[in-house]
Amino acid sequence: MGYSKKLLESLKSKGNLLRKDCIHCIGVGVAGHVGGSCSSADLLAALYFYKLKYDPKNPEWEGRDYFLLSKGHVAILQYAALAEAGFFPLSDLTHCKDVGFYLQGHPHLGIPGIEADTGSLGQGLSLGLGIALGLQMDDKSNRVYVLIGDGEQNEGQIWEAAMAAGAKKTDRLCAVIDCNRLQAQGLTAERLNISPIADKWKAFGWNVLEIDGHNMEEILTALDRAETFKGKPTAIIAHTTKGKGISFAENQVGYHNSPLTKELYEQALAELS
Amino acid sequence: MAYTNQRKAYGETLVALCRENKNIVVLDADLGGSTMGKMVEQAMPERHIEMGIAEANMTSVAGGLARVGKIPFTNSFAVFAAGRAYDQIRQSIAIGKLNVKICGSSAGFSDFGDGATHQSIDDIAYMRVIPNMIVLVPADANETVSAVKYMAAHSGPMYIRLNRNDYENVTEEDAPFQIGVPAVLREGTDVVVFACGIMVGKSLEAAKKLTDRVSVRVVNVSTIKPLNRQLIIDLARDCKGVVTAEEHSVIGGLGGAVAEALRRECKPIEFVGANDCFGSSAHSYDDILEYMGLTEAHIEEAILSVAK
Repeated sequence: MGYSKKLLESLKSKGNLLRKDCIHCIGVGVAGHVGGSCSSADLLAALYFYKLKYDPKNPEWEGRDYFLLSKGHVAILQYAALAEAGFFPLSDLTHCKDVGFYLQGHPHLGIPGIEADTGSLGQGLSLGLGIALGLQMDDKSNRVYVLIGDGEQNEGQIWEAAMAAGAKKTDRLCAVIDCNRLQAQGLTAERLNISPIADKWKAFGWNVLEIDGHNMEEILTALDRAETFKGKPTAIIAHTTKGKGISFAENQVGYHNSPLTKELYEQALAELS
Repeated sequence: MAYTNQRKAYGETLVALCRENKNIVVLDADLGGSTMGKMVEQAMPERHIEMGIAEANMTSVAGGLARVGKIPFTNSFAVFAAGRAYDQIRQSIAIGKLNVKICGSSAGFSDFGDGATHQSIDDIAYMRVIPNMIVLVPADANETVSAVKYMAAHSGPMYIRLNRNDYENVTEEDAPFQIGVPAVLREGTDVVVFACGIMVGKSLEAAKKLTDRVSVRVVNVSTIKPLNRQLIIDLARDCKGVVTAEEHSVIGGLGGAVAEALRRECKPIEFVGANDCFGSSAHSYDDILEYMGLTEAHIEEAILSVAK
């Protein structure tokens, strides 16, 4: 499929813009999920500014596509995307996690554009499956996308949902798996080693597409192809770099959820500009 | 006809509700033959979703269904529907106040043969501690019908606890369900017994047997949460003592809820329930209830102990 250079470039810059929004919001001296936000940023840029149907002025619009951030700990990235898409003011991001404020540390129903409370890992795919099954019962054409972390696949519920979606042939459901190879305490390969990932999803009855999760053309191609598959859900396995775009954070487990010094904060913003 | 089995009343009511409301869907985790979800599966297969032996997924899926306007009822044994899926109920459903109805079937010791793994002594406690959750324990089959109708008609997360076995009705057929209103089934002035589920009928029997010695008020508390504190206080105020009776642990269930409500009243309270211990297999329901201390005689003893 041909995508114009202009489109690809603009989406790439959107990815970087979301990273900058995250760093800006996380700020200095307070822990924030830098690594996982940066690995997922290009995927969210493609979803929010290319693929998803939505109306920021009417978040509950019936014709919308549904996006669930199952790896809810990078909520700040989704908030950045929602703010850039016009769901709420960008300036609200800096108040994220303020006591009583509507932007909590994990996605929460009631925030414009958020479809479910997620972040208790493993539950987002099931929630997305429920939405997809409901749409399927009503013969509606909306699509459902769920972003899962690679470490999150340790959760047994992911495989309950995978088995059920395969069995129910829920073809409007698309799981995007951010494979940044690191989880909170170390390499996924050294925890429960979930490889081979593609074989597992295939065995559960899914179409599987494997891409470079920072290559915008590959991301768009996969999202478009997923829509054409009938009779099976699709899993897009996106190979990414944790901390992508910030040299000192790339592939560093220490930047899963940690504070930045003033110096590193400024360096991160400079590198992303 | 009046049903004498809560799960059959539940299944029949669900079928009727599915016919009335196109948004109701029923989910089972391979136990539809016990929960009576199979009645919906047989009558309206398009409204029944078999989710396999995967209660966690079933429960979060129900949350997703609620997000697109469905009214899902998830069914399993109480130990699984509420216990195994506790985190999914809390995280996927209750925080977002999603319109999901959870049915804990074969609750308490009513699955007498299967033993401790299948007997729920703690579901009332961990369901009622969740914010936004309504917790219902109907006294009998009649009240099950009206409670399930209430659940379908009102939005928000709700848990209903049902018994597996046949027993006689103590409430009227077709009486509308009064959410949050404890119902006085027998008047009395010395002791008040707050009971739920099968223990309501047993409390009435106990009160009858003590007629010549103690005047006992028996109250059916089928809404465990929200519990109307003032009504509980009003019903206890003129009595010397209070008894609670439930097919559940004495910790955290109806007894705990009533004690919380009466925390400024300073009256003797005695709990009839499982004494912080798991159940056991038994060859009959009566055997396990006797073994756990959940008979009319145990209620009588508790009444006498607070009647002085």
